[in-house]
Amino acid sequence: MALEVHIVKKLHGFTLRVNFCTEGSNMGVLGASGSGKSMTLRCIAGIETPDEGRIVINGRTLFDSEKHINLKPQERRVGYLFQNYALFPTMTVEKNISCGFRGDKSERKKRVRDYLERYQLVGLEKRYPSQLSGGQQQRVALARMMIGEPEVILLDEPFSALDSYLKDVLQRDMVNFLQEYKGDMILVTHSRDEAYKFCEELTLLKDGSVLVTGETKEIFENPKLVEAARLTGCKNFTAVQKLDNHKIYAADWDVILYTKEFVERNITCAAIRGHWLQPCENGGRNCMRAEAVECVETPFEHQYLVRNKDNKDSSPLWWMKPKGSFQELASEGVPKYIYFPEEHIMLLK
Amino acid sequence: MMGFLEEINWSPLWISLKTGFIATVLAFFIGVYCASKVMKLKPVTRGILDGFFTMPLVLPPTVAGFLLLMVFSLRRPFGAFLLEQFDIKVVQTWKGCIIAAAVIAFPLMYRNARAAFEQVDINLVFAGKTLGMSDRAVFWKVVMPAAGPGIASGTVLAFARAIGEYGATSMLAGNILGKTRTVSVAIASETAAGNYGIAGFWVVVILIISFFIVALINIVSGRGMRTGRWL
Repeated sequence: MALEVHIVKKLHGFTLRVNFCTEGSNMGVLGASGSGKSMTLRCIAGIETPDEGRIVINGRTLFDSEKHINLKPQERRVGYLFQNYALFPTMTVEKNISCGFRGDKSERKKRVRDYLERYQLVGLEKRYPSQLSGGQQQRVALARMMIGEPEVILLDEPFSALDSYLKDVLQRDMVNFLQEYKGDMILVTHSRDEAYKFCEELTLLKDGSVLVTGETKEIFENPKLVEAARLTGCKNFTAVQKLDNHKIYAADWDVILYTKEFVERNITCAAIRGHWLQPCENGGRNCMRAEAVECVETPFEHQYLVRNKDNKDSSPLWWMKPKGSFQELASEGVPKYIYFPEEHIMLLK
Repeated sequence: MMGFLEEINWSPLWISLKTGFIATVLAFFIGVYCASKVMKLKPVTRGILDGFFTMPLVLPPTVAGFLLLMVFSLRRPFGAFLLEQFDIKVVQTWKGCIIAAAVIAFPLMYRNARAAFEQVDINLVFAGKTLGMSDRAVFWKVVMPAAGPGIASGTVLAFARAIGEYGATSMLAGNILGKTRTVSVAIASETAAGNYGIAGFWVVVILIISFFIVALINIVSGRGMRTGRWL
């Protein structure tokens, strides 16, 4: 199971340049809206034609601009799950699923029945999509896609239009239903949580270009680029000066920090995720005298904007502190010092 | 009253209905076909073709009639060609009625179909294709049903326009009783001849048909009738 994608396509405002390979894993494509994520999927599915490039699945060439190969979407065996599911509104659940079936006509009925059972849709065969709940609609869309036994499945922001409770339920469902699927999967999303949950590999897109591609955990741990860190949800950035091989001066926060990572010459920036900052009462190495500028309360966290108390002109940092209880007040939680764990300081270019 | 009805020559009504029916079938397929092709074009070409297809709607029917006459006249190349090669005569025949009515009804069908297609979620088309359905299957099984209400009301409007067509018909097909005299042509010529009784009778017939057509449109394009009332 392997997928190879090289796409160049001129779009309004920028040129999409995407290159990645994946082997039998779930690839996530993370990017802001308008970064070319969906266009990438559409090119793979054959709905849009790239200006140049090559798309190969398991040795089968779907598109090659040099050899003038451009298979129709029908011939690609690429499953596409649309954000709004795109169920056919004038067809029943049964008919919808039957549309995805490829192969021997005599098998059709049996297979549709089989997929109705597999995706827990028995009893809903005669309903129309508008008479289904969001979860049921997703299951119909999955069943319709999977009955054709696609070699690659593309999921186009499948959860972004849902409320958070339903989102959790549907994400679990999806994981369960896709467990036995052996082909490749590409999930496009603007949510770092989804990307982290579903994908072993990740490609970050910005304005049509790939920033980084690699293992998800590694990218979250060490994004290497400022833009990549930002896309993975990091909020605290500073310009830096190298002081030593493991020592930097964080200019925006006005604090000297020791790092576990070796400081390369070309490092210009550092960042730390708000969740990794720790409260500290005594000060010392990698500590900064703290003063809260602002606090936002979410159900399970206090999110403080803290600033270096010794320098009123320094820029503040977000610090996410889990709450012990709902009664806990934001004002009680501000420590004297904020500690930057060495291993969590990300050095960026 | 019975005497009056017995005296009436019903042929205009049958000619109108037959003409309307066949012209609607023609306008339906050509209109839907053109609309589906136009949907695939780029904006500029789309705009130009769209303008061309809509012309019969905005032109006076007599202008359309004149142009059709120019095309089908036996003294012109195309008309002569049809007569020689296929023995088809359009001018002053029932075929002329059909062609005139179809041309005038076409824009209504085309525009309604296009508007209906534009409302169809493009992802439905993409989904169908990625699922392996042929382009034709996607069109007839997915797009057409989804565009159903708009297409249906376009069809009924086209039918209404076709049975009521006067200007182009009278120019192309003339006014031959039992052959090309439709109800609207009958109304004009009976009125001109001073037969207000017969003309009035046909007017009532047209009023009744038109009313049923409008009611039918409301029912087929229905949803709006049931939900969403303005305050």
